[in-house]
Amino acid sequence: MTLHKSLAIAAGLLLGATSLFGGAQAQDIKVGAVLSVTGPGAFLGDPADKTLRMYVDEINAKGGVKGRKLQLVIYDDGGDAGKARTFATRLVEEDKIVAMVGGSSTGTTMAMVPIFEEAQIPFISLGGAVVIIEPVKKFVFKTPHTDRMACEKIFTDLKQRNLTRIALISGTDGFGKSMRDQCAAVNAKYGVEILAEETYGPRDTDMTPQLTNLKAKAGVQAVINPGFGQGPAIVTRNFRQLGFAVPLYQSHGVASKQYIDLAGDAANGVRLPAAALLVADKLAASDPQKAVASAYATKFQTITKEPVSTFGGHAFDGLMILVGAMERGGFDPKAIRDEIEKTKGLIGTAGVFNMSASDHMGLDLSAFKMLEIRNGDWALAE
Amino acid sequence: MLAQFLQFAMSGLTVGAVYGIVALGFTLIYNASGVMNFAQGEFVMIGGMVTVSAVGAGVPLPLAALIAVIVAASVGVLLQRLAIEPVRDAPPVVLIIITVGAALVIRGVAQIVFGKQLHKLSDFSGDTPLAFLGASILPQALWVLAGTVLIVALVWLFLNLTMLGKALIATSANRLAAKLVGINISFILALAFALSAVIGSAAGILVTPITFTYAEVGTLLALKGFAALVLGGLGSPLGAVIGGLLLGLSEAFAAGYLSSTYKDAVALLLMIAVLLLRPGGILGHAGAERV
Repeated sequence: MTLHKSLAIAAGLLLGATSLFGGAQAQDIKVGAVLSVTGPGAFLGDPADKTLRMYVDEINAKGGVKGRKLQLVIYDDGGDAGKARTFATRLVEEDKIVAMVGGSSTGTTMAMVPIFEEAQIPFISLGGAVVIIEPVKKFVFKTPHTDRMACEKIFTDLKQRNLTRIALISGTDGFGKSMRDQCAAVNAKYGVEILAEETYGPRDTDMTPQLTNLKAKAGVQAVINPGFGQGPAIVTRNFRQLGFAVPLYQSHGVASKQYIDLAGDAANGVRLPAAALLVADKLAASDPQKAVASAYATKFQTITKEPVSTFGGHAFDGLMILVGAMERGGFDPKAIRDEIEKTKGLIGTAGVFNMSASDHMGLDLSAFKMLEIRNGDWALAE
Repeated sequence: MLAQFLQFAMSGLTVGAVYGIVALGFTLIYNASGVMNFAQGEFVMIGGMVTVSAVGAGVPLPLAALIAVIVAASVGVLLQRLAIEPVRDAPPVVLIIITVGAALVIRGVAQIVFGKQLHKLSDFSGDTPLAFLGASILPQALWVLAGTVLIVALVWLFLNLTMLGKALIATSANRLAAKLVGINISFILALAFALSAVIGSAAGILVTPITFTYAEVGTLLALKGFAALVLGGLGSPLGAVIGGLLLGLSEAFAAGYLSSTYKDAVALLLMIAVLLLRPGGILGHAGAERV
């Protein structure tokens, strides 16, 4: 199996190389992407990379956009913001792309923002934090829900369950820190009180000391864990190990099957806000997102043989927004930008996008579903 | 209070045991060859990764673990033969850079062979926590601790009671003299790498159910293991293990009693303090003599 996999990877690299250098034609429209395909952010960049490739192939097979084929130029930044910036410059100056989808994390995105702003080329980021679109940057958009929305969704759910005194345990990575700050900024609005806070390093392997302290704190009714990667899985396991009985909330940063696999039985009962994509098969038939989300999930799983994650879905949404804009406005970067901003009612995997001059993401809280993990699978909590 | 203390202590000992074994691996190779092997963390990774893959392919755990140890030992010997042996007389700095490069290569190959994602191994004897004086302890943590004691004991017995072990000590004491009494230096050096890989991979197998594993798990472990080594005293096997446990405990107690934000800073402060008071580390010698 592993041999097959490595062969497939080698074949993929060859194919990618030929399409990069061999198959380029003068009239192809170049779309760029800088993704964290390897490194600690691989779980973000890898599905995005696969998604972009498979959908650009599909679009080209169907005749391209307005009769012109798309050519994808993807660079792997390995999660390094410095490298991301170098590649962004290369995309702008050498590859002469008309638009860019990607920037896997908040860190790499923010490093690339100045380059695209200066070159006046639209940049649809797949990063999570709210700082990417607030304050609004003219050429920068994003498709994933923000960390602030995750906090708000969790707080709404907590209020409904009448749990208003909480504790936070957050990762010290960019995403964990940013979401922790957002939660601490909007909690008062929802009447939620943060009684205690702990942190852990993104690569720590044991969080029992922090959780022991939270457990000892009187009056804590729920625990929220902003973070992504291995940390939340270890927190979940330690949480059950200590017999901590209050509800545990995770963020959309763990919205992939891998989290459930890693945390095992300990994940049962955990709630998290996430895109409808994860529960595509469980959505009501009347849900407007059902068709889009199911189609993407099926295609991704059939081609990659991997469980679908929301991170690939964000790339799909970004590409569809871009294609829509190019179909309406042509291929001039500034015209594309203007049309992206006018995106209305576009149904993606993350929700329904309604962009505007002041909102460069276009999703509202209804785009988030509160999920609960039951018997090792996602279920709708509402 | 006691329950909390025990919980912190258990956390620190489990994490520290792994640091200690990595440090022990550093020591074995350093003593025999004078090389600081920064691919030490990769042995831990190979141990965990190969076991996970073999178990995934339906191999029973004990056999999977054995395969993992053999693979790691082979990688260790290959590393010594292909990368270190040809440039044995190069300055230490060159050798260190070679091991850093080797670590990158091993990591890259692991990413292609095993994939980039996190992998998980089931706990050896279930994940129902054991209650002990109010603290709850995972059975796997006991496996890690027992495994560490066993590994340290076996290494000690090997070094002190077998002819091969004594040959290894002799080589580290004086390579020329060892050669003159008929010790096959080249074999001994390969043995040191193999042994170091074996204990590193054993640690990886024991700890993977708790920490998960991925292609890049070795980077941080090598760093912490090196810190443990400096803390315990360069060149002393016992010091390495004690340094590891101390580092783990200081992290856990700092996170528990002081602030989780500054726990790494506390561990580093401890290291600086020890180095100021005893520049050779807790069990090390003040000078640069290697024993």
